[in-house]
Amino acid sequence: MNALTQTGAPAEKLHDCRDAFAETLERLAAGNDTIVAVCNDSVGSSKLGGFKSKFPERLVNVGIAEQNMIGVGAGLANGGRLPFVCAAACFLTGRALEQIKADISYSNANVKLIGISSGMAYGELGPTHHSIEDFAWTRVLPNLPVIAPCDRIETAAAVEWAASYDGPCFLRLSRVGVPDLLPEGHVFVPGRANLLRDGKDVTLIANGTLTHRILKAAALLAERGVEARVLNMATVRPIDEEAIISAARETGAILTAEEHSIFGGLGSAVAEVVVDHQPVPMKRLGVPGVYAHTGSAEMLLDEYGMAPLAIAEAALALVKRK
Amino acid sequence: MQTQELERMARQIRRRDLQAVFEAGAGHIGGEMSAIDILTALYFRVLRIYPDQPKHPGRDRFVLSKGHTACALYITLAKRGFLPEDEISTFLKPGSRLNGHPNCNKVPGVETNTGPLGHGLPVAVGMAKAAKLSGADYRTFVMTGDGEMQEGSNWEAIMAAAQFGLDNLTLVVDHNRFQQGAALADTNDIAPLRPKLEAFGWEVTEINGNAMAEVVTALEYRGARPHCVVAHTNKGHGISFMQDRVDWHHKVPNKEQYEIALAELSEAL
Repeated sequence: MNALTQTGAPAEKLHDCRDAFAETLERLAAGNDTIVAVCNDSVGSSKLGGFKSKFPERLVNVGIAEQNMIGVGAGLANGGRLPFVCAAACFLTGRALEQIKADISYSNANVKLIGISSGMAYGELGPTHHSIEDFAWTRVLPNLPVIAPCDRIETAAAVEWAASYDGPCFLRLSRVGVPDLLPEGHVFVPGRANLLRDGKDVTLIANGTLTHRILKAAALLAERGVEARVLNMATVRPIDEEAIISAARETGAILTAEEHSIFGGLGSAVAEVVVDHQPVPMKRLGVPGVYAHTGSAEMLLDEYGMAPLAIAEAALALVKRK
Repeated sequence: MQTQELERMARQIRRRDLQAVFEAGAGHIGGEMSAIDILTALYFRVLRIYPDQPKHPGRDRFVLSKGHTACALYITLAKRGFLPEDEISTFLKPGSRLNGHPNCNKVPGVETNTGPLGHGLPVAVGMAKAAKLSGADYRTFVMTGDGEMQEGSNWEAIMAAAQFGLDNLTLVVDHNRFQQGAALADTNDIAPLRPKLEAFGWEVTEINGNAMAEVVTALEYRGARPHCVVAHTNKGHGISFMQDRVDWHHKVPNKEQYEIALAELSEAL
């Protein structure tokens, strides 16, 4: 068997999804004066500078106080406002998880939680600032769609959807640049995966910053005559059971990849469906239950076996188990 | 309602609360007895509310942050017409919407789900801030326990309320001096509350929280800053053998104790 090689693809234009979030929020806020942005001294990191200058009275900055931030969000919703609560994902979810449970999820408050710089986006700042547990923490909570868009187009579409949806949700965004993957004008439908490439030999599933990596892995697999189906699965809850069951039935093997701990995230969610409905061999790629050492998100993803070439190799090994 | 009528209503609520806890075999009777005068004043005098339209946008908001005293809230809401009075007999029963902590999606008049301590005040700050943003003239009230003020989230919210200039927010601290396991003073004594709240930019009023006239005056007051009413109360108020006894935080009276307590509360009617 020949070794896989990296394809010499031209340099891609990469986008920070926070920009798409901020632009969309500002556009929506211009037409809806109930929209407020709530943050924890995170105007810059949440890219809320434009919002602040356009709608200064509608920026509610609670200071460095995440528990209060979530409660204030719930109260604003009770008072008829439409709050987008924006903070670094690690603090938003980890520091205020009980507030997210009781005040948002259990109370079913119409609050949009925007986790910025999720995964290992803060790279060299270290594991205190990494948010590789947030899928696990949030996807067990009822009433709370959990969504990790894969590019700027899906980010904008998901923000539009969130504003129109009467209920809470958690949008998990990164600051790490990603290429455009979905077509302009894409409409976000929660709980529905997007077929980015079809194949019959194996299915690759990812979201967020990993979707473009599995697409590249699929191209490498095609060079070896292995046709991979590629699903972008932004919504971790409610998960697209139908797409997963079809993938298991029609391709016989599923690989997942995520910028999250291997425990409790997208891979776990997919595995739950596979085990219940259509058991097939699976491989889950993610951060392998460790605190990362110093490095950028891109470097760490590569180290944890999520470079396109390594993903393709893992898929080849998986196909052999069919 | 005038003071005497309010006092009479509070006694009726106390009697019903005692009965509900006795029949359910569980509850938080001590902290309910301490808070009932405040609840009564709010629902029968101070709050602008619409029992037939519990989500009316212009309603005043009340958040029971000490959610473990839900039974007293349910009875007060029932007496005020938010839910049928005979439903109180389902308290803690299988399938009842009246569980041990209030659920805003099931019980009309409940604004947000509470139970874990230190949640109600941040949510109330958001409610009051929402009124500032929209120009609505509703007021927001929230009641915490005094032990609950040990939760750091409350102090985050206290800072924010002052920063936001929330003169439409009133915090009532049910200062009964006891928490679940011991006296406040023997646990993490945050008393006196007044200088702490004042240092954070609040206006503070101290009252006897079991004296109806004082309760009404303090709750009706609205100043230029967020207002904290430190309500000095007695845990188990109205029932002699429960009063100021930490073990009555969530103890359930036996038949003999129930009869004695009922007689004491009835005597005052």
